[in-house]
Amino acid sequence: MAVIAENTVNFTKALAPTSLSVSKSNIEKAMYTLENSPLPTTRNEAWKYTRLVKIGKVKFQNTKATIASIDPYKIVESACTFVFVNGHFSAELSSRVIPAGVTCELLSELNEEIGTSVNLENELFNATNTAHLTGGIRITISAKTVVESPIQIIHVLKGDHVISNFRTIIKAEKFSKSAIVQGFFSEEGEVNFCNNITEVSVEDNAFLTIDKIQYESENSFHINTEEVQQAKNSNFTINTFTLNGGIVRNNLHINVNGENCESHLNGAYLLKNKQHVDNHSIVDHKVPNCESFELYKGVIDDNSTGVFNGKVYVRQDAQKINAFQSNGNVLLSDNATINSKPELEIYADDVKCSHGSTTGQLDEEAVFYLRARGLSEKSARQLMVSAFIGEVLNKVENEQVLDFIHGILRKRFDWNL
Amino acid sequence: MSNYTEDQLAKDLESQEYKFGFTSNFESDKAPKGLNEDIIRFISAKKEEPEWLLNHRLEAFAVWKSLVEPEWAHVQYTKPDFQDITYYAAPKQSKKYESWDDVDPEMKETMKKLGISLDEQQRLTGTNVAVDFVMDSVSVATSFKAKLNELGIIFCSFSEAVQDHPELVRAHMGTVVPTTDNFYAALNSAVFTDGSFCYIPKGVRCPMELSTYFRINEGGTGQFERTLVVADEGSYVSYLEGCTAPQRDENQLHAAVVELIAKDGAEIKYSTVQNWYPGDKDGKGGIFNFVTKRGICGTNSKISWTQVETGSAVTWKYPSCILKGDNSIGEFYSVAVTNNYQQADTGTKMIHLGKNTKSTIISKGISAGKSHNSYRGLVQIHKNASNARNFSQCDSLLMTDECGAHTFPYIECKNSSAKIEHEATTSKIGEDQIFYCKQRGISEEKAIGLIVNGYCKEVLNQLPMEFAVEAQKLLSISLEGSVG
Repeated sequence: MAVIAENTVNFTKALAPTSLSVSKSNIEKAMYTLENSPLPTTRNEAWKYTRLVKIGKVKFQNTKATIASIDPYKIVESACTFVFVNGHFSAELSSRVIPAGVTCELLSELNEEIGTSVNLENELFNATNTAHLTGGIRITISAKTVVESPIQIIHVLKGDHVISNFRTIIKAEKFSKSAIVQGFFSEEGEVNFCNNITEVSVEDNAFLTIDKIQYESENSFHINTEEVQQAKNSNFTINTFTLNGGIVRNNLHINVNGENCESHLNGAYLLKNKQHVDNHSIVDHKVPNCESFELYKGVIDDNSTGVFNGKVYVRQDAQKINAFQSNGNVLLSDNATINSKPELEIYADDVKCSHGSTTGQLDEEAVFYLRARGLSEKSARQLMVSAFIGEVLNKVENEQVLDFIHGILRKRFDWNL
Repeated sequence: MSNYTEDQLAKDLESQEYKFGFTSNFESDKAPKGLNEDIIRFISAKKEEPEWLLNHRLEAFAVWKSLVEPEWAHVQYTKPDFQDITYYAAPKQSKKYESWDDVDPEMKETMKKLGISLDEQQRLTGTNVAVDFVMDSVSVATSFKAKLNELGIIFCSFSEAVQDHPELVRAHMGTVVPTTDNFYAALNSAVFTDGSFCYIPKGVRCPMELSTYFRINEGGTGQFERTLVVADEGSYVSYLEGCTAPQRDENQLHAAVVELIAKDGAEIKYSTVQNWYPGDKDGKGGIFNFVTKRGICGTNSKISWTQVETGSAVTWKYPSCILKGDNSIGEFYSVAVTNNYQQADTGTKMIHLGKNTKSTIISKGISAGKSHNSYRGLVQIHKNASNARNFSQCDSLLMTDECGAHTFPYIECKNSSAKIEHEATTSKIGEDQIFYCKQRGISEEKAIGLIVNGYCKEVLNQLPMEFAVEAQKLLSISLEGSVG
């Protein structure tokens, strides 16, 4: 065991302890985990399909860097845009015009202790994030505030073997309505690691949407953990688009703590070359009368691998729950792999829960039909893939976000639709 | 021997004494409790087994010692103490019966109580069902042997097969479920006492349903059955297996291994109705059912598993198909009912290796009382399995607000021409449906029985006639008084 433990902390060995005011007890807990938990292997059920050996081999560091322009990464035109390069706030590229009723505080400017709602025990990446926290932001949307344009947070990684341990804390207070756009990018440099945690609290009757775009380099690592708490009558939506990245893992943990909530989880992943994308989600229905909808769709090409693991818990006495989960995959190459594991754990009887998972390929007859109407083979296939992914894209309400995604699809996947 | 010390000598003597201590007990028909190499040698000697089988057992035992009990299943139970189990027990009346009339009337009575009386079956079904009755590890009565013999079909107890057809047993045993497969399969390979063996020669269509009844009789005896069905090229067989067990207070372990081999163009239909003692209303007692069932398909062959599970305190069972040959088909139809404190973690594995392979999974779970019912399935499409097709449907029905229904499907696809569909739903019986039935003068209990039977119909339809009726009865008995 000692040997494994030694391997474990290798990738954090070169990192300095966090300079932020993280609570002492949390740092202790995190350090304990880092020292004692081995790097999860595929024998660990939660990491069954994702090999982390590559991450374990790299010694990451955190350096400050500057980028010339934010234009290529700007998803939406918003006066409230925060830019972080390698996890450090970039004042010159950001635009800090905060809408009324919203407070945005950088964790580095915070005078109070930073607590956490994520699990630090045995969770290696949460522990890394806590013990070596680089930067973060806390956004509070005060009660009864409706924020018109979205708040944008852009992350860019630059340099070799750079790790960014970033924390976003979002609090949507009672009766507020807001949208947050998160973008994860990388510029120059090899083998970067973005280890991001987003803690979200959606209070009574609040409405919150998060659009997340992941577009990093093909040899980078990305681990994203969202810990969401929903109070009664709240509505939470998260749209995840994974368009590039080496090994990407999204952990979504939604705790539905209040009645009459709605939770929407949508995701699309388009993979090629040797990418590996792993979407893990847990929706935990603890109280009655809630609904959750989950829709994940993937297009997997070349030697890439897609993983979907969605879990729905319905606790005892959480009656009248409607929980739906759907995962669709298209394999475009013989070397592509998909591992899908939709799970239901139900302890209440008056519920309607279902899940579905499909894996297939483009219908050759439909391709033929399109070709007969004068479309080239390539555009026929693209049209069909876009229709397949379209179901998820349609869930995005913000036009600018959609345009940005289409821009990437044109650039990376040669779409000309 | 240069380092032979006194300590070692003492040790050697100790173990020797132990050995001799055993020999005196060997004369009895029941092995002492516990598990060690001597017990395995004892079982093997008792069965007059050839050397290769003994070695096979010992190898399995060595493997078993290196394995740990699996804990991944969604069940909770007190692990059995493997040293507190009697691994061999023969009924006192150990002589073989030539005809049905010779059978001990007391034994007949027990069978009657179980509702599986042989003579009743003989009368009702004429010569359609051949029953190989297994009563506590030793085969008691075998019927219709002559008729099967004519066609060259071998259907006998496993130990007879070892004596009479060692070459067939040796060639096929352990090829589907190797001794290294898992904890319980290794245990079974080491200590199995008896079971059934079936061989259908090339091109023969077995004219009747072959069936075996298993029953645990003596208290504290774990039963380790071994079934091997070999269908040679182009043959067909339908095999039925049914289990019932009388009330017991302590938990009993049942770890069977079933191996099916369907060679090119062959078809095996394997149906099970399982009704081991599930424990009482407070979850006390009941059978632990940890079974490894697997079949392998050659080219153009088909294996179909149908099971109705109503018993056992804890069930851990995944009848699987390895679709090795091109164009082979695997099917799995299951109804699992859990009541009171029962726990079931059951499902299937469909491993697609050959081209144009197809699999269908229909699983219906019903949870009542405080029970937990899980479906755990794997659909794996390998790289060369082009045009593979899978359809899975797993429905769960919840009867009370204290039970649980869980679904854990694993779908792994490495081929782009595969088409996989998986669908699962969880819900309870609609109040409007019950209301409708009640309005038409059907009592609530009956209405639920009606709805449940309709819900399971897809699976029950797959059962041979004799079983379908029994299964329907079982369903209603299992769900008696569970109206939530």
